[in-house]
Amino acid sequence: MALDQSFVGRTYPPTPAYEVGREKIREFAEAVGDTHPAYVDVDAARALGHADVIAPPTFVFSITYRAAGEVVQDPQLGLDYSRVVHGDQKFSYVRPVRAGDRLTVTSTIESIKSLAGNDVIDIRGDVHDEAGELVVTALTKLVARAAEEA
Amino acid sequence: MTAKVSYGSVEVGTELPAQSFPVTRATLVQYAGASGDFNPIHWNEKFAREVGLPDVIAHGMFTMAEAIRVVTDWAGDPGAVVDYGVRFTKPVVVPNDDKGALIEVSGKVAAKLDDHLVRVDLVAMCDGKKVLGMSRAVVRLA
Repeated sequence: MALDQSFVGRTYPPTPAYEVGREKIREFAEAVGDTHPAYVDVDAARALGHADVIAPPTFVFSITYRAAGEVVQDPQLGLDYSRVVHGDQKFSYVRPVRAGDRLTVTSTIESIKSLAGNDVIDIRGDVHDEAGELVVTALTKLVARAAEEA
Repeated sequence: MTAKVSYGSVEVGTELPAQSFPVTRATLVQYAGASGDFNPIHWNEKFAREVGLPDVIAHGMFTMAEAIRVVTDWAGDPGAVVDYGVRFTKPVVVPNDDKGALIEVSGKVAAKLDDHLVRVDLVAMCDGKKVLGMSRAVVRLA
């Protein structure tokens, strides 16, 4: 079933602040096997010009995806979330995410398309810090595979 | 932001050191916990097969996290990455054995842009198949 095009351009309210912790960054870096010192050692991060340890580039997805999940599970949108797969992912960084950041995500539906029976939805997540400055924008393309014919 | 590679030292075509990243079921469980993505297709074989997958598959975002390491290890400062995007073209299938799967990533400078920026195009392969498409990063060099 085609999704309602009137949702294109809709922006959802900002999420509650997510506080980025040093140990959460360490846990994530260990999980991806990345031993770069800027993720775990404050002095090493400062030597590179960062105020605190920074997060690996894809860390912020954990936050933006949760925000996008609220969008795609909006019952009025009518997307079958159980059939959703991740198509594309893109990040544009103003600066790296770092420990101590309190981040909010504002999600916007950028486009809705129907391709070969699949619903394709592009969601933009603008991530701001406590000062209201943009930190990173995440663009997530989700594809809801067409249901099999009954 | 303090990249260790200078803009003047690279040319279009400069190859970045390639890297291989092993991934086992244990890796996926650890990544699920750290990322908060507990979709059972990444740890439950029965569930994965029921939804039509050949076996448990790696999180696409895990592969994306590994691929950029070729760029961040080369540039020296992960904070030098300005843009990063991928398309998830094929799943990384992770069998339940002690070997798992191997993600092989290579990259080369595809364009020199203004303001000390370069675009790096990445290729991520697993089991002879390209698992990421349109995999590109823009990084600010010294």
